[in-house]
Amino acid sequence: MALPLHATTAERVWHYTFLSICTVIFIFLIIPILVVIPLSFNAQPYFTFTPEMLSLDPAGYSTRWYESFFNDSNWQKAVKNSIIIAIFSTIISTFLGTLAALGLSQKDFPLKTTIMGILISPMVVPLIISAAGMFFFYARVNLLGTHLGVILAHAALATPFVVITVTATLTGFDHSLTRAAANLGSSPTNTFFRITVPLITPGVISGALFAFITSFDEVIVVLFVGSVHQRTIPWAMFSGIREEISPTILAVATLLICFSIVLLIMLEILRRRNERLRGLSPN
Amino acid sequence: MAQDNTATLKTADGTLLKLSLERSLRRRKRNALLLVAPLFLFILITFLLPIFDMLIRSVDNKITAEILPTTVPLLAKWDARSGKLPDELVFKAFITDAQIASKAKTINRLGKRLNYEKSGTSSLFRKTGRKLKKFKANKLTGTYQEALLKIDKKWGKIATWQMIQRESGRYTSSYFLSAIDMKKGIDGAEWKDEDSQIYINLFKRTLWLSFLITLLTILLGYPIAYLLASLKTKTSNLLMILVLLPFWTSLLVRTSSWIALLQKEGIINDVLVSIGIISDNARLSMIHNQTGTIIAMTHILLPFMILPLFSVMKTIDPSYIRAARSMGATSFTAFRRIYFPNTVAGIGAGGILVFILSIGYYITPALVGGTQGTLISNFIAYHISESLNWGLAASLGTLLLLLVLALYILYDKIVGIDNMKLG
Repeated sequence: MALPLHATTAERVWHYTFLSICTVIFIFLIIPILVVIPLSFNAQPYFTFTPEMLSLDPAGYSTRWYESFFNDSNWQKAVKNSIIIAIFSTIISTFLGTLAALGLSQKDFPLKTTIMGILISPMVVPLIISAAGMFFFYARVNLLGTHLGVILAHAALATPFVVITVTATLTGFDHSLTRAAANLGSSPTNTFFRITVPLITPGVISGALFAFITSFDEVIVVLFVGSVHQRTIPWAMFSGIREEISPTILAVATLLICFSIVLLIMLEILRRRNERLRGLSPN
Repeated sequence: MAQDNTATLKTADGTLLKLSLERSLRRRKRNALLLVAPLFLFILITFLLPIFDMLIRSVDNKITAEILPTTVPLLAKWDARSGKLPDELVFKAFITDAQIASKAKTINRLGKRLNYEKSGTSSLFRKTGRKLKKFKANKLTGTYQEALLKIDKKWGKIATWQMIQRESGRYTSSYFLSAIDMKKGIDGAEWKDEDSQIYINLFKRTLWLSFLITLLTILLGYPIAYLLASLKTKTSNLLMILVLLPFWTSLLVRTSSWIALLQKEGIINDVLVSIGIISDNARLSMIHNQTGTIIAMTHILLPFMILPLFSVMKTIDPSYIRAARSMGATSFTAFRRIYFPNTVAGIGAGGILVFILSIGYYITPALVGGTQGTLISNFIAYHISESLNWGLAASLGTLLLLLVLALYILYDKIVGIDNMKLG
């Protein structure tokens, strides 16, 4: 993006205007994330910066909202529910999604596009429609208000992400490796575990992370399919914002931001590892 | 001859190579199908059946025939245009049915169902059910018709019976009609009164807001994607964090943050007041209205525009632009004639993606949209959990689903589902 030496004045002006436009958009993108973090340390129960906070007076800051989060049994129960539901739905969706991706990546798979379209549909159908359908149907089979119901629903919503990531890993997969193994006398099972599995592991893990975050972040389906006993963090935040807006929500938000930073780093590490394993240099 | 050779080649165990190969290919295909089958079944049961259930529910109407089993066939024979009430047999059957339903406590459900057709029906059925509990056929002095009319005069109106006759079929179109602000008249479908029309406007508003949000994400996303694609990898990777972090952050975190920023006592208003652009009593209302929905949703969906645009722009060879420049094009012309046409596919992909996501959005409009910034999804949720008019919720959902499917097919034509990438 460097400006060439021979640039005209107009080009220079445009160049800097463009950069400032981009800066403004970047600020728009990141400001909601940045603003939450200091606000969560507000000593007052307000959703804005107090004069004490702006003058960097220590009295304006406190960790009381974090304390109220960690001491509130409702929030703790929400954390527990979120983790249980996310872990089980991740296991189900990763297992089924990886198997399906392995099958779909075979060269001459019949009706590939149609089947792929069906398997990906939970990602495309608006969540409110999935939630409505599941609400009606799960009521018939007595799954409403159970952990199992929410886990199955979340697993269904998360599988497309696993299928997509693992399929993407497998498109770059060099099939001559498995043929070479077979040629050297390895049984199909042995080849699968010694050759295929190590190569697709990064893709599977990043698919699992996508699945985890899908369930961990999901609120509409859990609102409809779950009952109070399945109250998750997003649910608690949703009703918190609607009813009594307290800065505890901002403390939870800050913790969730830290969580997504960790997740982002993990995905980046996996992406690099995946590229290295496949013999591609980064970029 | 080479061809004859391959036809007679044999494997070690003596079978023809051609047969052996075919067999192994067939086995591979079967294994592939077996791998996909579990997920296919899982999605079928946990996802597709529920959706199918919703589609059925949007036309389902077995309740009338279930609760009034003897009345419905008799009423079907009545000529609704005759200008006369149904005959005594119908009244007798109705009283018998209603009495049973009243004891089984199911009559109020039918009243509630028919109340969607004509308000007041719910209380009519409740009252009738209550009074019929004491009714004894052997102590009847007049006709059944008189007995029923004594309970409520509405039973003497032809319109009441016309409505029951119309809604006694196994399936009904009335939910779909009310989802597009129509109702059934004696001569087929007709529009509702102007002031009770809501859904057509709601669909229009949802489409308009989604279009606006898509347009905004294109306008804001294009420069960012362009910058990221033309910077050195190291710098662009760093700036990419600013796009990916919001993308990975919980939707509710971002929504609550926008509430903190936009509300009357919020940060943006505070800043504007303190630097004197607006006075303290003229604080801007940017939330709980359409502005709130537009700002928050544009922010939330912007990464979905930037990422596909970026991946398209990454593939454009910079030498195209250099070639254009060397042949005398100004940088603007080179951009307009060479670069931009190459990115149109990316705009299409990102645009449809953002549009699909925004017409089905629920959480953000529910929290920051107020009454004017809510979308079709919010009404579906309202009818499921508050008004309990599930048929209407299902038919609104079906219409929304059709809209999304049409866009999905369009997306498949432009980008291909197989090419969908994440992150």
